[in-house]
Amino acid sequence: MPEVLKAPLVVEFPFTRSLGPVQSAFLTGLRERVVLGVRTSDGRTLVPPVEYDPVTAEEIRDLVEVAPTGTVTTWAWNHAPRRDQPLGTPFAWALVRLDGADTALLHALDAPGPDAVHTGMRVRVRWAEERTGAITDIACFEPYDDKGGRDDHGGDDSLAEPTGRTGEFEDPITGIVASARLDYTYSPGRAQTAYINALADRRNVGERCPSCRKVYVPPRGACPTCGVATSEQVEVGPRGTVTTFCIVNIKAKNLDIEVPYVYAHIALDGADLALHGRIGGIPYDQVRMGLRVEPVWAEGARYPDHYRPTGEPDADYDTYKELV
Amino acid sequence: MTRHLPVRDIAVVAFAQTDHRRTSEELSEVEMLMPVLHEVLAQTGLKTADIGFTCSGSSDYLAGRAFSFTLALDGVGAWPPISESHVEMDGAWALYEAWTKLLTGDADTALVYSYGKSSPGPLRDVLTRQLDPYYVAPLWPDSVALAALQAQALIDAGATDEPALAAVAARSRTDATANSHAQLRGSVPQGEYVVRPLRTGDCPPIGDGAAAVILAAGERARELCARPAWIRGVDHRIEAHGLGVRDLTDSPSTRLAAEKAGAFERPVDTAELHAPFTSQEVVLRKALKLDDSVRVNPSGGALAANPVMAAGLIRIGEAAARIHRGESDRALAHATSGPCLQQNLVAVLEGDPR
Repeated sequence: MPEVLKAPLVVEFPFTRSLGPVQSAFLTGLRERVVLGVRTSDGRTLVPPVEYDPVTAEEIRDLVEVAPTGTVTTWAWNHAPRRDQPLGTPFAWALVRLDGADTALLHALDAPGPDAVHTGMRVRVRWAEERTGAITDIACFEPYDDKGGRDDHGGDDSLAEPTGRTGEFEDPITGIVASARLDYTYSPGRAQTAYINALADRRNVGERCPSCRKVYVPPRGACPTCGVATSEQVEVGPRGTVTTFCIVNIKAKNLDIEVPYVYAHIALDGADLALHGRIGGIPYDQVRMGLRVEPVWAEGARYPDHYRPTGEPDADYDTYKELV
Repeated sequence: MTRHLPVRDIAVVAFAQTDHRRTSEELSEVEMLMPVLHEVLAQTGLKTADIGFTCSGSSDYLAGRAFSFTLALDGVGAWPPISESHVEMDGAWALYEAWTKLLTGDADTALVYSYGKSSPGPLRDVLTRQLDPYYVAPLWPDSVALAALQAQALIDAGATDEPALAAVAARSRTDATANSHAQLRGSVPQGEYVVRPLRTGDCPPIGDGAAAVILAAGERARELCARPAWIRGVDHRIEAHGLGVRDLTDSPSTRLAAEKAGAFERPVDTAELHAPFTSQEVVLRKALKLDDSVRVNPSGGALAANPVMAAGLIRIGEAAARIHRGESDRALAHATSGPCLQQNLVAVLEGDPR
């Protein structure tokens, strides 16, 4: 068994999400340092607010302000914060029922240690300095002493009072960008590892099904017809036949290839499955089914850059019709 | 209460699972899956072409690759075309879909499989992407943190304490010594806090694995299995996504699913509970009204092996296998998905009277 191939794989996406009237009011409120809930028809106040009653599914949009102070309903001490979590120093995750609300909001609670946190403790919102209309406009919660005076964080007590605001704001936000990044380590498995290793020697290696004898390239380790593992390695190509193609007219982002260009299915000689490749070395409007092609390797590349005509006569349709 | 019984008798007739491991990086998903597919087929003597319906469960987010389940289909011989479906859920929900398909009479046999490769990515972070994207996901609360909030709520309510949670962990891993597929077996230290009050021992291992079952209807089931595990009922329910809306110390969705599946009509002797965290077993035992007469998680449960997206299907498979072996006459299997037991499925399985 050769060494397992591995490579970093970063999946990153900035989803742009639109907001409904209730979410818009809530997140715009956070930008203005106002916490809004939504009232259900039976008189409960939900914070964070939702657009539909979780019990009755009735649409709700009666916004009410709640206090930026509240009570911890449960908590968990996070001694090793992970990337992108609200605080970089150890903190408590907490569900906080804000004063005036009947449900609890999840956020971080900045406290010196687990001994300083308990269910039932009083906390208040600490606002982020830069606010954009997002849940992270609440930087975190912090301990709050109701008895008056400044707490040990030196917070401004005026911010612990409701503001009397409604859900009406100038310039309400209508959407958020939800960015996310996850870092994976990709490993392609046994069959594809063998394929990639062979490509490094400029060889195309497929695998033959022990049952139906078809040769798959690139091999994925299984025959999709028989549902059994493939294992016998078979060298195919390097030449092949264009079985079908399309002409690409729109340039992909970051792609250094002039349009229009041709993208084709190519049945390498000896293979029973066509693979994908770009066709070069011939005007795009002269590419045709049956065209005989061979790979062109760029210096130092681990896979063919493109395929070009070999100059042979076109293949007869009957020789590749099963592979179209 | 009157419950409508299924119109056809449908049973789990075969079950197979991989050895669950921290990593299976030398295998692609289909390479990991194929041995268990072949094993359930071999148990029944069926060929892929004999299967009436195929349904799978998995999640692209685990491996970080789009449409990864389509490649796994190569392992079931999807050419010439077969009747197939996929759920972006634990395989237990794929089994539910296959069960309803057999109930319609459109097929007499079904192959259900699921797999999860958690090793390529940071699982605790990956699972945050299933949370509410407006109010919760931007904070990246990881799966252990959310379970820890639930555990603290249980401790505050007096429903458990840390020694009791450690006892759940110890019992599960001791039971897993009899399960050659389990990832964590025998004496495992409770360890340090991961997110307090949960310690390493309270959390499931992160690993890769796959499972498959075959369902068959009526006489077909009797032909394929000496003692079929008849599915007397399956139901699944979901709760509000807002964690702060729910009472985390209870699981009304589990209780309702169990009621609709007929779990409370007669006592069960075995319960395979999908409780990835020790504290969740406390919640589930209460919701399902399980007393000490019921054998809970003789396989070791999810604390011994928790291949995400397969661990729920494995609970059904383990419960069925006990009936196949004659070790149980009436078993309950439970699967969960989402944070803090958000979604819950309950199946009730029975063997023929002896």
